[in-house]
Amino acid sequence: MTWIDHLIIAPILLPLVTAAVMLLVGERRRTLKATLNVASTIALLGVAIMLLGQADAPPATSGAATVGVYLLGNWPAPFGIVLVLDRLSALMLVLTGVLALASLVFSLARWHRAGTHFHALFQLQLMGLNGAFLTGDLFNLFVFFEVLLAASYGLLLHGSSTARVRAGLHYITINIAASSLFLIGVSLMYGVTGTLNMADLAVRIPAIADEDRMLLEAGAAILGIAFLIKAGMWPLCFWLPTTYAAASPPIAALFAIMSKVGIYVIVRVWLLLFGEQSGTSALFGSDWLLYGGIMTIVFGSIGVLASQDMTRLAGYSLLVSTGTLLAVVGTGHTSVTGSALFYLISSTLAISAFYLLLELVERGRVVGADLLAVTMEAFGDDDFAEDEVGIAIPATMAVLGISFICCALLLAGLPPLSGFVAKFALLTALFDPGGLKAAPNATPITAWVLLGVIVGSGLTVLIAMMRAGIKTFWAPINRTVPRVRFVEVTPIIVLLLACATLTVQAGPVMRYMQDTAASLHLPHGYVNDVLSKPAIPGKGAQ
Amino acid sequence: MELIVAIAIGVLTSSGVWLLLRPRTYQVIIGLSLISYAVNLFIFAMGRLRMNMPPVLESAAAGDPALYADPLPQALVLTAIVISFAMTALFLVVLLAARGLTGTDHVDGREPEA
Repeated sequence: MTWIDHLIIAPILLPLVTAAVMLLVGERRRTLKATLNVASTIALLGVAIMLLGQADAPPATSGAATVGVYLLGNWPAPFGIVLVLDRLSALMLVLTGVLALASLVFSLARWHRAGTHFHALFQLQLMGLNGAFLTGDLFNLFVFFEVLLAASYGLLLHGSSTARVRAGLHYITINIAASSLFLIGVSLMYGVTGTLNMADLAVRIPAIADEDRMLLEAGAAILGIAFLIKAGMWPLCFWLPTTYAAASPPIAALFAIMSKVGIYVIVRVWLLLFGEQSGTSALFGSDWLLYGGIMTIVFGSIGVLASQDMTRLAGYSLLVSTGTLLAVVGTGHTSVTGSALFYLISSTLAISAFYLLLELVERGRVVGADLLAVTMEAFGDDDFAEDEVGIAIPATMAVLGISFICCALLLAGLPPLSGFVAKFALLTALFDPGGLKAAPNATPITAWVLLGVIVGSGLTVLIAMMRAGIKTFWAPINRTVPRVRFVEVTPIIVLLLACATLTVQAGPVMRYMQDTAASLHLPHGYVNDVLSKPAIPGKGAQ
Repeated sequence: MELIVAIAIGVLTSSGVWLLLRPRTYQVIIGLSLISYAVNLFIFAMGRLRMNMPPVLESAAAGDPALYADPLPQALVLTAIVISFAMTALFLVVLLAARGLTGTDHVDGREPEA
């Protein structure tokens, strides 16, 4: 095997080794740790892009998918744990890399100094995220979920204040309860089928005896609840806006992809195990996803109008995007899934940019952020207060204002940015004549309700954003221009430019998403590639 | 045998859920610990309860699978125990920090108005 073949494990090993090295370096040497962190994150993004190219290559023989399989410990598939690289995993890896780099660069201005071990925790968070996207085994997924959750607890508490610790207490409790549910679901599925490997489960589930099927579906439902808590489906989402509002801004921007991990797992596991060709249990639970998603959109729309604080507004619009994704995935058709993936990318980039932007905007209103007062006393960082060296020029307000408008357009789904393209693609796919009537689950009434709710949520998000924007940018008379640093504005602009690029390059991107959806809905390629990957023969075998 | 284990898991889970919903943080932690005990017993029971059968092969040759206990759920339980142990430790630290910062051990961070 050449080093290219080992590239699949690099997104997991590289952050682990970097975090270990950082823990050996002393606490005072922040510049060294920051440099290591930036170098590692750039390397991760590069590896993710190379893996994307590898996953998107046309297959050597005609088949549904090219799937890169990496056998951990050289044990073949049902017995050992496998890492699987297909188009969806590669896409999520690239998205993680982009968001990580953006929020890391933002944090270099001052947030990385607000507490200890920021950089090590950041790298471990990336390790957990990358591992969760790459794994092909349910219990390995649980382990990587725990890694990313443990790092997220540390990052949420970073720069501790009363609000953060309180939100952290609730967040940790809910996630430990969700992990218990995860374990119950996984063990139930193991008890019925006898395997934990996702591809092997896809083979065994159609063959389950009818008296055991009830236990299998119960296990899958409990497992689904654990992911839906993470994704933020109503009524499991009440923790989300408070927690994300309490996090420090670069961490909130990184957490935007944490809720998408729940969506990713649902898309992956549900379409693989309970797709249309899986026998009696086909499309199990699609009604729950559809109606739960609709309720989440409604809840998010009301919350967006009701929130008095822009960070809570961002949290509720995150819920709106989650609900949209869950509802359209629940309709269960291929073309809709492709559009949903496009929407996932666009909305995640928009929410991250919005969280980063909000800190700069609110800086103009709150003098000497009281969140950091406790931190200054606790850590005795004397040089913290003097670091407010931005340039207070009027162009700052122009840049912030235009970024705010772009975020509003993206979140509400208005032209010309990618939010509109994504919503348009979603609604077209929902009402596509061939798609809708052939979809096994969605009735016309449900599709019309979904259309109304999606468009209505765009309206409410628009109203709320306009109200917030007027209050922040137009109405204040004695406004102090916030001091922003170049390194803080650049990530926001880069994320918004990425969304603009998604609009311009919508053709190739949608082609990729449609190919991803096609291979997700026909998992034979995935299953065959994983189960038939041979182990490397030992040196003495020949 | 299965009945006893099922009743034990049920009692542990229900106690844990009741404690989890209480307003004091220490009760929440004990509730989460009880739930993790129940879940670990449940995972172990998924390997089918067998008496006097170790999950170890006696000789080098693989024998009849019916003579051995399933080792995989036991490995899953070990992993789950270690992870929940670390999470409990972290949660205890956050509990202490919350007690210090808010001055109360109520989960909402402030005492309810009477």
